[in-house]
Amino acid sequence: MGSGHSAHLHVDGASLLHRLPPQVKLVGLLSFVLAVVSVPAGSLVALGCLVALAAALLLSTGVAPRHLAARLVVALPVVVFALALPFVASGPDSAFGPLTVSSTGVTAAWTVLAKGLTGVLSAVAFAVTTPPTDLVAALQRLRAPALVVVVLSFMVRYLSVVTEELARMRVARESRGFRGRGLRAWPVLAAASGALFVRSYERGERVHLAMLSRGFSGRLPETSPLTARPGEWATALVPATLALTASVAARL
Amino acid sequence: MHVPDGFLDAPTSVATAVVAAGALAVCLRGARRELDDRVAPLAGLVAVFVFAAQMVTFPVGAGTSGHLLGGALAAVLVGPRTATVCLTVVVAVQALLFADGGVSALGTNVLLLAVVGPWVGYAVFAGARAVLPSRPASVPVAAATGAWASVVVAALVFVGLYAVGGAAPVPLDALVAAMGTWHLVIGLGEAAITFLVVSTLVAARPDLVHGARPVLREPRLVVTQGARP
Repeated sequence: MGSGHSAHLHVDGASLLHRLPPQVKLVGLLSFVLAVVSVPAGSLVALGCLVALAAALLLSTGVAPRHLAARLVVALPVVVFALALPFVASGPDSAFGPLTVSSTGVTAAWTVLAKGLTGVLSAVAFAVTTPPTDLVAALQRLRAPALVVVVLSFMVRYLSVVTEELARMRVARESRGFRGRGLRAWPVLAAASGALFVRSYERGERVHLAMLSRGFSGRLPETSPLTARPGEWATALVPATLALTASVAARL
Repeated sequence: MHVPDGFLDAPTSVATAVVAAGALAVCLRGARRELDDRVAPLAGLVAVFVFAAQMVTFPVGAGTSGHLLGGALAAVLVGPRTATVCLTVVVAVQALLFADGGVSALGTNVLLLAVVGPWVGYAVFAGARAVLPSRPASVPVAAATGAWASVVVAALVFVGLYAVGGAAPVPLDALVAAMGTWHLVIGLGEAAITFLVVSTLVAARPDLVHGARPVLREPRLVVTQGARP
């Protein structure tokens, strides 16, 4: 997390993934990742192929690799955990140069690394090809609870408003000589967070009144309902089908 | 703090998703009671606030910094049911729009960060508030206690889930020791930030702090006869 969240991931384009309806893509992503996770540990060839598949999907979006690389940083904790596993896992030990590692741990490390990478690659592929407003429409189409849809739509609509407010507060602090170093900065930053809560809450009240006066009934209207052709469903479920096949084949 | 794909096996991921969905359904029904009819837009902006507040980095020293997780803070500010709804959306947005936290682990992350965090935080907060003197000044202290407990318990719940469906057999006592010690420290940071934010709010706008309502005195209108002009 941290400051990397300031910009949405979405990048315009015309690739196949860009053109798929968002609800279809979301179901495709969820089923693919779940199928990948169900591949038994140690089937490294299958997992390697699935990582390659996810990487191919990501590259097929045609988004500049420089933009993608910045987004893949979130995979770092997975790599760190995978590197640590051989040393902390229990199981039969084997010598690895001067070190003793658990061979179960080594297998598990590769498995975790492959599954984690596949997850990050495919989630980034979804995020760069889906505008945030489409995610709202997709969840609405998939019959997510009305309150969740409304909260999500607010998140998408007001995220940049509130983060820009946060940035203005930072400029105001720093123009008054604030240097964010050490524990002494904490009361100042916490007061700013508190002020941000008051401002967000009051904005919520104003927006609510404005919405009520325009006839809001607690449910967002579906202005242009999403539709999908069977062919699009079939396309979106191809990666999941391949992963499921790999998962079943590895168990035989 | 987010669980990535592949840390937990598929059955555990699905089971946590089912539990998380059940908890979310209960909270959706109850959220209306906490924020009356303004619930939808307000909950939306509270979710945005939690997301933005997580972006404020608090310097720790030696080039490292930490940030708020906000489960207990949100529960104290708007009530645990609304907090669960808000944090669920925050976790979902982080997974689906920022690829932070596994998509297959969405249920696990919602369970840990949006259900266990706010509810443990709120339960400990309410307990501490009952024990402490009934004054507004007790609210930040109780909130800090809740925040600390929410982080430690969420870490231990993760260890429990890992013991059931973890990717590799790690000795459980070592995992408990490592996760426990580390999150005792993280919990202290969370408690400090929560304390400071809640103190600010109790001083400035106590009417907006859901958890401070029982200790606030209603302003009383006193009419005295023969008041001086």
